[in-house]
Amino acid sequence: MKRTFPILGILTAILLSYALYQALVVAPTEQTMGDVQRIFYYHVPSAWTAFTLFFINFAASIYYLAKRSPAADIVALTTGEIGVVFLLVNLITGPIWARPVWGIWWTWDWRLTSTLVTWLIYVSYLFLRRFASGGQTPTLAAATAIFGGLCIPFVYFSIWFFRTQHPQPVMGGGGSIDPRMMHALLMNWLAFMCFAFLVCWSRYRLEKLRREVDAAHALESLKDVARSAR
Amino acid sequence: MSEPKGITRATLLKDLRLEWRSKDAINSMLFFSLLVVVVFSFSFDPSAEESRQIAGGLIWVAILFAAVVALNQTWARELRNQVLDAYRVSPAPANSLFLAKAIGNFIFVSVLEVLMIPLFVMFYRLRALGPAWQLLVVGALGTWALVVNGTFFAAMSIRTRSREIMLPLLLFPIAIPAVLAMVQATTAILSGEAGARFWIVLLVTYDLVFTTSCLLLFETVLNAE
Amino acid sequence: MSGNGYLYAAYAATWIIHIGYLATIVSRYARLKREIEELKR
Repeated sequence: MKRTFPILGILTAILLSYALYQALVVAPTEQTMGDVQRIFYYHVPSAWTAFTLFFINFAASIYYLAKRSPAADIVALTTGEIGVVFLLVNLITGPIWARPVWGIWWTWDWRLTSTLVTWLIYVSYLFLRRFASGGQTPTLAAATAIFGGLCIPFVYFSIWFFRTQHPQPVMGGGGSIDPRMMHALLMNWLAFMCFAFLVCWSRYRLEKLRREVDAAHALESLKDVARSAR
Repeated sequence: MSEPKGITRATLLKDLRLEWRSKDAINSMLFFSLLVVVVFSFSFDPSAEESRQIAGGLIWVAILFAAVVALNQTWARELRNQVLDAYRVSPAPANSLFLAKAIGNFIFVSVLEVLMIPLFVMFYRLRALGPAWQLLVVGALGTWALVVNGTFFAAMSIRTRSREIMLPLLLFPIAIPAVLAMVQATTAILSGEAGARFWIVLLVTYDLVFTTSCLLLFETVLNAE
Repeated sequence: MSGNGYLYAAYAATWIIHIGYLATIVSRYARLKREIEELKR
């Protein structure tokens, strides 16, 4: 177990570098937007990764409520937190891309707006995890995660319809995509997923250690009480 | 043991009786709602044409804030009197309790709306160019959307630190699709444009999905720990 | 900033966020490890 992590780390680093090379060098330059369009190869896979993580979060939360497995609870915590990080990357690269292309930082474009609301939903999930106390946290968090997950389709659908009524410039563009661009996109997604897996693994280990420390503290206090009672 | 509907009705009537007798909560909430409307009127000039166009949004944001304050109130009393623990050990099904609370909150917020909406209509000189009866449908569906999730999250929040802020933190993001729908439907009806139907269908779907979720998960949340 | 400036800014921002998050994990892990060593003594 101890050796797999560094090995996977190196493999992931290689994959990330290869994907970066694909994005910056191999993929052809876009006609209208120029090289700035290459932000796309980080912007989009970040969102795809985040949503994969949120889906796992949803499943883990349901599993926790069904089976009360502490591991499921930690998986939910981990994927929720790291999903927020990846989605934050998407939300930051979005405006950085919009500015040179559209001249404005924020366009209330369908995807970006829906992503912002999704991010808000999962940040509120993280707040609940922080502010809930003790034994009830996993249950309350699981319920919140389920509500959040159920809300996502409503978010995307409602904002999509809103945008068809009040159109704004659309980012990401439509139309067919050059196969080399698709390759770069998928490569980066694969690399991000591997990277996300490693980060989740690390966060999982951190959480297990934290719970171990908490348990040790609790044991210490019990011992102190026993000692002072004598 | 009485059947669930009986328990719901009994709890609901008890809550309404308590509110009516104390009158403190309802009076302060009514005054708060009035204040919100007045503050909005100073922030968004009613004589400006643009304000009348966004009146749909203003009304619902005002109701949202009033509802949050109301929701925080209704569980606070239960917590003070340790009623929540009593509910947990009682054989009554948790859903009956939840429905009673949700319906009670719905009535409570509707009373506030009955005050706020005529004020808005008067201050902003609003007229419905579309079918006005649809506004009642939107109002009911929208209020239920806020109240059903609000009651659920309020019950969760009172078990956390910083409980007053926790409710809006949880409710606002989840409520965004519903708020968008309410506002768009209201605006469409007021301005006589088409498109309200889509938003009404969305609200119905939202209400069904989240009411079901609340009923399925309330017992679990109540008994957490 | 020229067009490419934005491109590098976006990629840099991505990695700054990821490295930053990893750094918090690593530092918290180190601190907890120290704590548990102390408790075990």
